[in-house]
Amino acid sequence: MSNSYTSDILKPFKLKTKQQELLIRVSILCLVYILAFITRLFSVLRYESMIHEFDPYFNYRTTLYLTQHGFYDFWNWFDYESWYPLGRIVGGTLYPGLMVTAALIYRLLHFLRFAVHIREVCVLTAPFFASNTTLVAYFFGKEIWDSGAGLVAAILIAVCPGYISRSVAGSYDNEGVAIFALLFTFYLFVKAVNTGSLAWGLASAFGYFYMVSAWGGYVFIINLIPLYVLVLLITGRYSMRLYVAYNCLYILGMLLAMQIRFVGFQHVQSGEHMAAMGVFFLMQVFYFLDWVKHMLSDTKLFQEFLRITVTCAVAVGGIALGVGMASGYISPWTGRFYSLLDPTYAKDHIPIIASVSEHQPTAWSSFMFDFHILLFLFPAGLYFCFKRLSDATIFIVMYGLTSMYFAGVMVRLILVATPAVCLISAIAVSATVKNLTVLLRSKTKVAQIGSTKGTSSAKASSKASLDQSQPFQKNGAMALLFGAFYLLSRYATHCTWVTSEAYSSPSIVLAARGAHGNRVIFDDYREAYFWLRQNTPLDAKVMSWWDYGYQITAMGNRTVIVDNNTWNNTHIATVGRAMSSYEDEAYEIIRSLDVDYVLVVFGGVTGYSSDDINKFLWMVRIGGGVFPVIKEPDYLVNGEYRVDKGAAPKMLNCLMYKLSYYRFGEMMTEYGKPPGYDRARGVEIGNKDIKLEHLEEAFTTSNWIVRIYKVKPPNNRW
Amino acid sequence: MGKFWVIFVASISILLPFLCNSFSPETPTDRRVLVLLDDFAVKSSHSSYFNSLKLRGFDLDFKLADDPKIALQRYGQYLYDALILFCPSVERFGGSVDVAAIINFVDSGHDLIIAADVNASDLIREVATECGVDFDEDPSAMVIDHTGYAVSETEGDHTLIASDDFIKSDVIIGSKKIEVPVLFQGIGHSLNPVNSLVLKVLSASPSAYSANPLSKLSTPASLTGSAISLVSVVQARNNARILITGSLSMFSNRFFRSGVQKSGSSTKYEKSGNEQFLTELSKWIFHERGHLKAVNVKHHKVVETDEPALYRINDELEYSVEIYEWSGTSWEPYITDDVQVQFYMMSPYILKTLSNDKKGLYSASFKVPDVYGVFQFKVEYQKLGYTSLSLSKQIPVRPYRHNEYERFIPTAYPYYGAAFSTMAGFFIFSFVHLYNK
Repeated sequence: MSNSYTSDILKPFKLKTKQQELLIRVSILCLVYILAFITRLFSVLRYESMIHEFDPYFNYRTTLYLTQHGFYDFWNWFDYESWYPLGRIVGGTLYPGLMVTAALIYRLLHFLRFAVHIREVCVLTAPFFASNTTLVAYFFGKEIWDSGAGLVAAILIAVCPGYISRSVAGSYDNEGVAIFALLFTFYLFVKAVNTGSLAWGLASAFGYFYMVSAWGGYVFIINLIPLYVLVLLITGRYSMRLYVAYNCLYILGMLLAMQIRFVGFQHVQSGEHMAAMGVFFLMQVFYFLDWVKHMLSDTKLFQEFLRITVTCAVAVGGIALGVGMASGYISPWTGRFYSLLDPTYAKDHIPIIASVSEHQPTAWSSFMFDFHILLFLFPAGLYFCFKRLSDATIFIVMYGLTSMYFAGVMVRLILVATPAVCLISAIAVSATVKNLTVLLRSKTKVAQIGSTKGTSSAKASSKASLDQSQPFQKNGAMALLFGAFYLLSRYATHCTWVTSEAYSSPSIVLAARGAHGNRVIFDDYREAYFWLRQNTPLDAKVMSWWDYGYQITAMGNRTVIVDNNTWNNTHIATVGRAMSSYEDEAYEIIRSLDVDYVLVVFGGVTGYSSDDINKFLWMVRIGGGVFPVIKEPDYLVNGEYRVDKGAAPKMLNCLMYKLSYYRFGEMMTEYGKPPGYDRARGVEIGNKDIKLEHLEEAFTTSNWIVRIYKVKPPNNRW
Repeated sequence: MGKFWVIFVASISILLPFLCNSFSPETPTDRRVLVLLDDFAVKSSHSSYFNSLKLRGFDLDFKLADDPKIALQRYGQYLYDALILFCPSVERFGGSVDVAAIINFVDSGHDLIIAADVNASDLIREVATECGVDFDEDPSAMVIDHTGYAVSETEGDHTLIASDDFIKSDVIIGSKKIEVPVLFQGIGHSLNPVNSLVLKVLSASPSAYSANPLSKLSTPASLTGSAISLVSVVQARNNARILITGSLSMFSNRFFRSGVQKSGSSTKYEKSGNEQFLTELSKWIFHERGHLKAVNVKHHKVVETDEPALYRINDELEYSVEIYEWSGTSWEPYITDDVQVQFYMMSPYILKTLSNDKKGLYSASFKVPDVYGVFQFKVEYQKLGYTSLSLSKQIPVRPYRHNEYERFIPTAYPYYGAAFSTMAGFFIFSFVHLYNK
């Protein structure tokens, strides 16, 4: 195209077919890149540029610290504003990838003289990385199938709700960059396996390092890849390419991952990482056997040797693992890992994991919601993959199947499955469309256009070839094509609708429809946090359920007892115990923790259902798990959880009930209902005459969503 | 010029008591005292007690309890530093004063003396209940003691008691031992067991009981023995001090001057112990004794002098605090050997007795434990009769930074050796392998 100036004016438009294809491909990718970014901006346009949810507030706070104090202070940060009085070594207990990424983008922008605030960078990090993911998806699709599948994959993943749910603007969470890192690592690894190149292996190790630095989900990689290698070994697809790729990734990736403080020596010491190590050693045995086979000409001798070697290797491995486990050098699997393999495990053993809504098993409807047509394109894609088995398609099949299983166990893991589902579905779409267009074109232009065309060229050619062919076959193909495009357009509509309706609310600002269809905004959380910031002493300690810890420290700038980093179960259980005790017992606990303010979230006035009363049973369970004086049946009536007159007496008088419903008994919430009618639960409360002895109401937000109580000093004369 | 100077000094010295005559943390002794009476006759019948207070510099303001003009505060400022309720029978205070006002007065750090009597009104009982003691519910009950009564000319009903069961605290009742029994005639009270701050200063003997002396005892007395308190004090958490007694006549000139002979004892004293006991007690109540203050809480690393924002684990640090006692006129160093500092995080990690330099400066040095978190320097000094000192200062303790660990550990030298020899070996091997053909 560079010499177009010298040529005829019309000539630049007469590109060769290959150039045309490249131009279309690049422009599609550019459009997809932009689309992926702008479809995630609903929340910014509708509300404002702000951080969403809970965890992102911690990430934002740490990023702010990183940009203000530099990397070494961040690395060594001991945060005494959370987990009072234990404190938290922030630098050693987080995955720094996200913060470092955002800080680097911030530095780069400032170097280029764009004076943006770090908050804007944080808000837009996730959309930016989602755009990058589309590029990776394209290359990955190209690697496992062809460039057409790559393009479709890029488009599908750009708007897939399963991914958008964690990557809208403002959702500044680890997953935002981690999905990019995950897919990138997989892509580089598959590339390394396909080429057998040490350079790609090295690249995949660095991709893995970035993933480890960004998200705890790296455990998925370090287990999936060994599993994949094992499958290849068993199916007799062992090759030198695989050997190079895996060893390079494992050794370098492990060494690099050890540089992350939070991960440390887990790669050699934790049960979750042992599979990778086992496969690594197995790989060496295979290589050794290969070499011996090469050296020995006698097959019988080799069979004998093989048997001895394999027995020895397995025995040595087993003994090493047993000794390691018994001596405690290798830690057992963590609860989270167990709960992945056995979905009922957390419910029985670790209430704190089970209490998080995103750790619940996935409902069928949310699969439909997040995947839409991909859900039935996925099996079709699997079919195509099995039809054309290669190292790369085996990988994507395994990735797809395992991640689909995990997505069924935990809602949040739909996120991990999304890239695989998009890629496999893209194969289905691409292969189908191509088959149909080949059918359409076969009669007219038999040899003109090669078969390496994506949907875009297929779309163009399908129009061109309307004229003459066998009516039945052609029309059938046409109908199917239109059906496919109709479905894809439905998919696009659905994705946009889901993004706009479900995944773009910041959850810190609530919106509801008013009586006249107008939008009502409840900005109570921020109201309460700013009240804390403005009206309480700097060293005041605020006790609340752990969900709100990150927000209180980030926005209220006050010390909290527990927060969303649920590293100390006992501490959380102490708070749960305080909330579920009678007021005077709770007062003792509150005093022993030096608490100055107690914050509860209450939805009875607005009908906001994820408030503390609805979370209360978890507080009881978690508290009771450590302190057996708290018993769940005390709060239930015939196994039923209720807050009205029929509620259990302990329920009606525990601290959480009192703090939530204090002064609520005299309030009219809804026309035609008695005073004290709880709109979140649709009942009239059972204890309307609540007197507080050791606490006093300090602040209640305009819609009563957040209520803050001050802890009184002990009685002066008693 | 010299003459002018003398006048200036003289006028200052006259004005000085008026300029600084209010209660403050710097001069904690009460100056302005409101005395509420049932009857102005009490002013003269109890003049000895009042005079002893006046002599010590107190400014007494006598009012009738139902005087409509009485007020404890004006424009949010308290007009008085202490209140004496010598009005056992008042049913309703005049002006803006009520039970809540009196309790608020105490809760804002002011002192109170309550003297009840037989037929004490519900109002006085209510104030006493708020302070943690309960007078006998029977309005006509009195403390009767058939073995510990004071011998008098008439046989009487043994309601005039000579008691010498004092609290063992030099701070509260003075260091000079009270030799003579104290005369008491009035109602008894019991301490509320829930209240941990109230103290029995003068206790009835084991043979005492509380009943109506005029009627026959039909049911067992509700209050008996040494559970009956005759005089109690409370030191509130904000160090307001309260004196409660069920006998107004204790303070009277008659009791101050009368001789006393305890039944069963042959010694007859010319003068009762009331004056010494109540005067010494009033010194405690009005903060002339046992009032401590702690100032200049400092801590720093051993070699440095500036206070750091946080410590690192295993730092050596020094902690110091100055403690003074108010003598009534000035702050004197408080000297003792039982002040302890805690380095506290949910439980004390370090508990150390502070050493003092005899000038009021207490100090200790210790090593920060090998635990990080938000610690507190805590001094919880609660000694009978003294102001309770409760100091806490928050200080975070951080772990080592990444570059504060030892770079080379001697025990790890074999591993260093192994690593470097492997590197050298690999290099040699590569060299030989590549060029030895």
